[in-house]
Amino acid sequence: MKPYRLEVMLCAGTGCVSCGAFKVKEAFEKEIKKKGLENEVRIVPTGCNGFCERGPLVLVAPEQIFYCSLKPDNIPHLVEEHFLKGRPVKNLMWTPPKEKTPIPIISDIPFYKHQMLLALRNRGIIDPEKIDDYIARDGYSALAKVLTTMKPDEVIKTITASGLRGRGGGGFPAGVKWESARKAAAERNEKPYVVCNADEGDPGAYMDRSIIESDPHAVLEGMIIGSYAMGATDGYVYIRKEYPLAMDRLIIAIAQAREYGLLGKNILGTNHSFDIEIHRGAGAFVCGESTALMASLEGKAGLPRAKYIHTVEYGLWNKPTCLNNVETWANIPLIMNRGVEWFTSIGTGDVSKNPWGGSKGTKVFSLTGKVNNTGLVEVPMGITLREIIFNIGGGIKKDKKFKAVQTGGPSGGVLPEKLLDLPVDFDTLTENGSMMGSGGMIVADENTCMVDMAKFFIDFLKDESCGKCIPCREGLRGTYDTLDRICKGLGKEEDLQTLQDLSKVMIDCCLCALGNSAPNPVLSTLQYFMDEYKTHIIDKKCPAGVCTALFEMWIDPVKCTGCMVCLRKCPVNAITGEKKIVHVIDKVTCTKCGVCYDLCKFDAINKQ
Amino acid sequence: MPKIKIEDLAKIKEKTLDAVTLRTGGPFRVKINVHMGTCGIAAGSRGIVDAFLSMIDKKGTKDVMLTTSGCAGLCSKEPMVTIEVEGRPPVKYGELTPDRAKKIFEDYVLGGKIVKDFVIAMGHEREA
Repeated sequence: MKPYRLEVMLCAGTGCVSCGAFKVKEAFEKEIKKKGLENEVRIVPTGCNGFCERGPLVLVAPEQIFYCSLKPDNIPHLVEEHFLKGRPVKNLMWTPPKEKTPIPIISDIPFYKHQMLLALRNRGIIDPEKIDDYIARDGYSALAKVLTTMKPDEVIKTITASGLRGRGGGGFPAGVKWESARKAAAERNEKPYVVCNADEGDPGAYMDRSIIESDPHAVLEGMIIGSYAMGATDGYVYIRKEYPLAMDRLIIAIAQAREYGLLGKNILGTNHSFDIEIHRGAGAFVCGESTALMASLEGKAGLPRAKYIHTVEYGLWNKPTCLNNVETWANIPLIMNRGVEWFTSIGTGDVSKNPWGGSKGTKVFSLTGKVNNTGLVEVPMGITLREIIFNIGGGIKKDKKFKAVQTGGPSGGVLPEKLLDLPVDFDTLTENGSMMGSGGMIVADENTCMVDMAKFFIDFLKDESCGKCIPCREGLRGTYDTLDRICKGLGKEEDLQTLQDLSKVMIDCCLCALGNSAPNPVLSTLQYFMDEYKTHIIDKKCPAGVCTALFEMWIDPVKCTGCMVCLRKCPVNAITGEKKIVHVIDKVTCTKCGVCYDLCKFDAINKQ
Repeated sequence: MPKIKIEDLAKIKEKTLDAVTLRTGGPFRVKINVHMGTCGIAAGSRGIVDAFLSMIDKKGTKDVMLTTSGCAGLCSKEPMVTIEVEGRPPVKYGELTPDRAKKIFEDYVLGGKIVKDFVIAMGHEREA
């Protein structure tokens, strides 16, 4: 391969692409050509780099200089100064809030410094559409090692000993699952299926999408190793249709792997044969649940079934089926290459005797909500919530006060400030009323109403409930109606008991994990923010100023300077007044949209 | 592309590795810094970059990082380069031509022998 002097690693993940990454790429190409640098500088599109808040992003190698929030207009200057004259451009680098000196090198930026990349090991380093790039980073070497030097049961023993637990949310030890599938297949003399769950439906979560977009071959290699361990010849990736870029890259990766003979008959010249097909999901949240996913794969409606018969025994087309999440599969090659001892040195607990004994390795989170640095982060298990939110996330937007963090997606729970020092692992989060889930992490600040937040998630789950079992279908509707009443100021004290009762029935009686875990947002907010519920119900007030029926907006005549800003921007013309004369909100016309509240520089607008 | 065997993985890796080493930022044994101020470019430093790149390509060198930086202050001696070999003080060469650059690459970067004819200075500038 021809050497280049500089490589421009341009983030081409969905986030940056929607911010205009391809326009920036065009500008780079044009400018590099203009300056005659085509033979010295190469542009490499990569998968998501993680710092989505500041896209489009570019990392310039080998110096590892990081540029963010790029616009096509910036490019001519950047190419001339940095690429030609070797003077990195400071005003395009990341500058910490409230500071003046930019940080040029990526590894010095706090957002990146505290992360540990295993599943995302190749993000920003390889071109996800080039299999050779993956191979250069030791890709498929784990597969070669497994196929030539290990027996299938040795592979399973290694995965069990590593303590790798399912990253899709359940936290079930991967090795135990593989062992059961292999055993069930051997007993009945059948071929098991290997399936990858890429039906990521949590609002605000995009871990799996990013892994596939930045390193699709890692997932494929993991699945091929799994197929060898379990004796499977057919596999599926169930991916949602809403992920067009991830799907394109997966299709390219599968085609390249087939061309190299890494999928298909006699992989790498050995006796093992395995191939993978892509199944496009239609975007139903419930299809992330194992039995519903398999029903959908079979061409039926995506409805779950009771799981007293496990899918590892009777899964897809009633054959033994091993379903693992994208991130789980992406971890497999690394464990096979670097060994159990290395993997178990990261994380919490002791898994040497019991695979449930701890949480090993890393977890990818999508950090969103009212936090300064939203984006995709991979951190070692056992890191505290505080480290993720404040060191990596850079704290709360606009210096507001932290109120709570919702982990585990819509059916996860809310954790308050006093639990910020909790270590993040499967068991600790569950013990405290939340869960790891697939890795969504939504941060709420003082202006977030917890009743409203619970209502939001229940609303989502109510719509996504498949309706097969009554506790979930009716339980969620009842829970939603109760929460909605409370938010409208019609709540009664007995509603608190109703919420608890409905939750208990759903936990005990629902068919699948969607319903079982759905009460989490309600129960955790009841547990940690009971005061806020009571203020809504008894005092008929919303302290955060979110539930519009429970507060009035008025202008403090002492603080108002009569600057006319709110008056001009009010969408319903509810504010009257003149220049330098105190403004007044007409309560009948006012829709409480909050535009004036956000705009006022003098803190004169009150929500009470 | 035909189906690959296990030993082909290493070959593909070898072929692609230099690009990936560049991306991960090293480690590099040698850092060649071509001074590309307006004076350097006017005196022909673009040709010097080309000469070094073609040598890296020809020799298949994987541990050399080629970068550019601004004017080094001695504009009359441009084109200039500063070469830092690991564990040695940096050496500045001046009044280069592509042929001289190639000789420096062979003798100093690969051979470790200082090319005395074009040396301007050794060591760092004094720091305040």
